[in-house]
Amino acid sequence: MVELTLPKNSTVGKGRHHPAPAGTKTVKRFRIYRWNPEGTGNPVWDTYDVDADAMGPMVLDALIHIKNDIDATLTFRRSCREGVCGSCAMNIGGRNTLACTHGWEEVPGKEVVISPLPHLPVIKDLVPDMALFYAQYASIEPWLHTTTPEPEREWRQSEEDRAKLDGLYECILCACCTTSCPSYWWNGEKYLGPATLLQARRWLVDSRDEATGERLDALEDPFKLYRCHTIMNCAQVCPKGLNPAKAIGEIKAMLVERVV
Amino acid sequence: MTGYRTPLGRARGLGSAKDGVGRFISERVTSVALLFLVIWGVRSALGLSRAGYAGAVHWLASPVNAALMVLLAVAGFLHMQVGMAVVVEDYIEKPSTKAVLLLINAFVCWAGLALTVVCLLKVALSGGGA
Repeated sequence: MVELTLPKNSTVGKGRHHPAPAGTKTVKRFRIYRWNPEGTGNPVWDTYDVDADAMGPMVLDALIHIKNDIDATLTFRRSCREGVCGSCAMNIGGRNTLACTHGWEEVPGKEVVISPLPHLPVIKDLVPDMALFYAQYASIEPWLHTTTPEPEREWRQSEEDRAKLDGLYECILCACCTTSCPSYWWNGEKYLGPATLLQARRWLVDSRDEATGERLDALEDPFKLYRCHTIMNCAQVCPKGLNPAKAIGEIKAMLVERVV
Repeated sequence: MTGYRTPLGRARGLGSAKDGVGRFISERVTSVALLFLVIWGVRSALGLSRAGYAGAVHWLASPVNAALMVLLAVAGFLHMQVGMAVVVEDYIEKPSTKAVLLLINAFVCWAGLALTVVCLLKVALSGGGA
């Protein structure tokens, strides 16, 4: 049965408060989810009053500032700092997004609330376990499938066919969409989720691929594909402006096209 | 707890059922049918509210009205069964509970459909008499 409330060991308590240094002119408050696997306690909300003039404009700048200057134990993933790698995906102000491309001044309200991506097991603080997410992506075999002997040079593709990959190939697998999807929350073990299905569509529509039928066979399943109820959270939160719900609709249309 | 199973093993699970497009199509076919049938049904019911019992029986004795009423019942109950099945599959994880609820859903919808169609035909063919 779907769990609509947090289990007792996941209830988030009140944590430590880190006041701003004396003499700070502009204070911005950050409330951040903390959980340490080496401890025995429940997760907590730590609050940090930060000197707004001492940090850069993005939420990731604030997190790095907090880690460097206030609390070195704060744990989060980050790499490129420019919206390309997808490492710093987290829930900011109730919305999944990338910390590196989201300005802390954009978050409505007095404080910026930051928690890990929802409905994934937490490894520590803002770091979720993405193993199943990546495995689901691997399960669609996201590479070119061909039977025809490989040409001497590259597999050729017209400009029109290449254009069909636009809006699909740009996905950075940050999991913002997948973890914002209620269907994925309730059936994450069986439903592939928006990011994986967007990539499935990317290989289905690739004119060079020769396994379209096998790919459709693998997707035609009441859970793997049809748990998508077009809720559209995925399209709302995608930090790259992609539309996984549309891609999923196009996969469904391909399956109808096969039988009618 | 999934023990030592690898993430890829979990992701692949039992594999694809290679099924689902039929139900997807039936959801849409019944939706489109109901769009027209419900508008027609509501319009007819409003008209019949002034016709009295005899008027309603007379109305249902028309083959076109009776056929459309049967279609309304068929499309409605089929749509209800498919929709409720999706809700059960979405929210109920335990296989045994899910199976029981899907069975109840099917039985209730098919029984409701059978009863409705028999009642409609009885009135349509016998003119409402016992």
